[in-house]
Amino acid sequence: MARSALTGTRVRERRQRIGLKQADLARAVGVSPAYLNLIEHNRRRVGADLLASLAEALGVGEAALAEGADSALFEGLREAAAGAAGAEAGAAESAPETDRIEEFVGRFPGWAALLAERQARIGALERAVAALSERMAHDPHLSAALHEVVSAVTSIRSTAAILAESEDVDPEWRARFHRNVYEDSIRLSDAADALTAYLDASPGNETGLSSPQEEVETWLARSGYHIAGLERPHPTPPAALVAGVPELASDAARKLALAHLARYRADAEALPLHGFLRALGETGPDPAALAERFGAGLAPVFRRLATLPEGAGPPVGLVVCDASGTLTFRRPAPGFAPPRHGAACPLWPLYAALARPMVPIRTAVEMAGRVPVRFLTYAYAETRFPGGFDGPQVTEALMLVLPAQGPRSGAERVVGAACRICPRAGCVARREPSIVGAGD
Amino acid sequence: MSGRVLLIEDEPHIAEAIRYILARDGWAVASHAEGQGALEAIRREAPDVLVLDMMLPGRSGLDILEDLRADPALAGIPVLVLSANGQGEARMAAEGAGAARFIAKPFANSDILTAVRQMAGA
Repeated sequence: MARSALTGTRVRERRQRIGLKQADLARAVGVSPAYLNLIEHNRRRVGADLLASLAEALGVGEAALAEGADSALFEGLREAAAGAAGAEAGAAESAPETDRIEEFVGRFPGWAALLAERQARIGALERAVAALSERMAHDPHLSAALHEVVSAVTSIRSTAAILAESEDVDPEWRARFHRNVYEDSIRLSDAADALTAYLDASPGNETGLSSPQEEVETWLARSGYHIAGLERPHPTPPAALVAGVPELASDAARKLALAHLARYRADAEALPLHGFLRALGETGPDPAALAERFGAGLAPVFRRLATLPEGAGPPVGLVVCDASGTLTFRRPAPGFAPPRHGAACPLWPLYAALARPMVPIRTAVEMAGRVPVRFLTYAYAETRFPGGFDGPQVTEALMLVLPAQGPRSGAERVVGAACRICPRAGCVARREPSIVGAGD
Repeated sequence: MSGRVLLIEDEPHIAEAIRYILARDGWAVASHAEGQGALEAIRREAPDVLVLDMMLPGRSGLDILEDLRADPALAGIPVLVLSANGQGEARMAAEGAGAARFIAKPFANSDILTAVRQMAGA
């Protein structure tokens, strides 16, 4: 495989993006930190074996380090090959010749580009179908909207039949029934508008049926999850931060947003940003070390890691659930997409933590999919007693999701996003059949 | 026809239309608008036929039906279930819990009348 003169630059960029120290990467691939530093500054060429080791340790394909702009093409072709191999298990003689990808690209660049583009399109369509199916099956707001439509139609049909089929309806009753039909027709019209907006699949359309939690998460995603106005000694009033925000269309969403901002400010006061970033540079994204450094709990540290300014730390995902297992907060990460509706994968360490409050759990996981992605997760649950000794205990579990570090060990726990859209076959924890792949 | 019908339905306009058509057909109609207190209403009104909606605030119609069948004093009351969910599973659940008839919404008024007449005459 041809290796670009900028391979070292790409190694450094990838290492920094996933928060891996140079010394740790050097140890993982069996070279000295000084030699790795020369490589990263493109002052030493990278042999084939070392390139493979670096790619494995950084969790990327070799092409991503060696090929630069062409890496997306090679990754797309490998994904297409992986999908074909899965769909035709057993037909070894017709499996794609993945060891001849470079030859294929070199001899037929047009066909290679077309195949990679088609694969990307298939992946996008599969994700859209999975998301829509999940929503149709589990969206309580869609169910409520459909019930609203049926109720309005039932009333209109029954009342209109009385008016149409009976000539002797008392004038007072006739007036009452006319009013009922009028009111239910407006109700039906409103419900139909909401359903139409829901079924509108245009990109970027966030209107229509959304739960308050979804409204808040959409707003936070647009904001990058970092609220600069709350990092100052004299913070911006939370009410000013939510006023006029288009994503927060409902009163319930604004209330949830204010509660989120109150907790955000408390975390910012306990873990000031400047000091937290300095500590992060020294310890790396180790929640336990950071909690120890600041004398804080793990939950605030998890939340701070998930709300840093863009580029200040590794890309992280964060999910939070209450004692019922319901996800109350979702921040996705590259390769990690929490389900929008319904329950998540029961094998998530999040739920193991929920069953064992106050016990931190660190687990390497592999997210099932056409191209599995590895992560390092930290999970922790804490219990509060807001009502005192006589009140109920409130338990909340959090799971921080970080890019995997180091090579694949084989001991990773294989998990999915949710049973309905998980392709993993033979999973003992499966709750329902999957609509994708051969998951059953 | 005459007799006593208790209607448990939370949608006020639907309840009004059903009350009207049954009253015009000669039935004495009482109504209750939520799941809470439904069993007490049934005991109080002692209807010849119960028309029961499945989606009620407070308690589901299915839970009410199961409690009804568990009470020897009420178990014999024939129940017509109304549901916005007309899928097979909902029908099977209602009939499994002891409903005598199941009508999906939206319905024809004549279907309600026919069902109540047949159940009262059974």
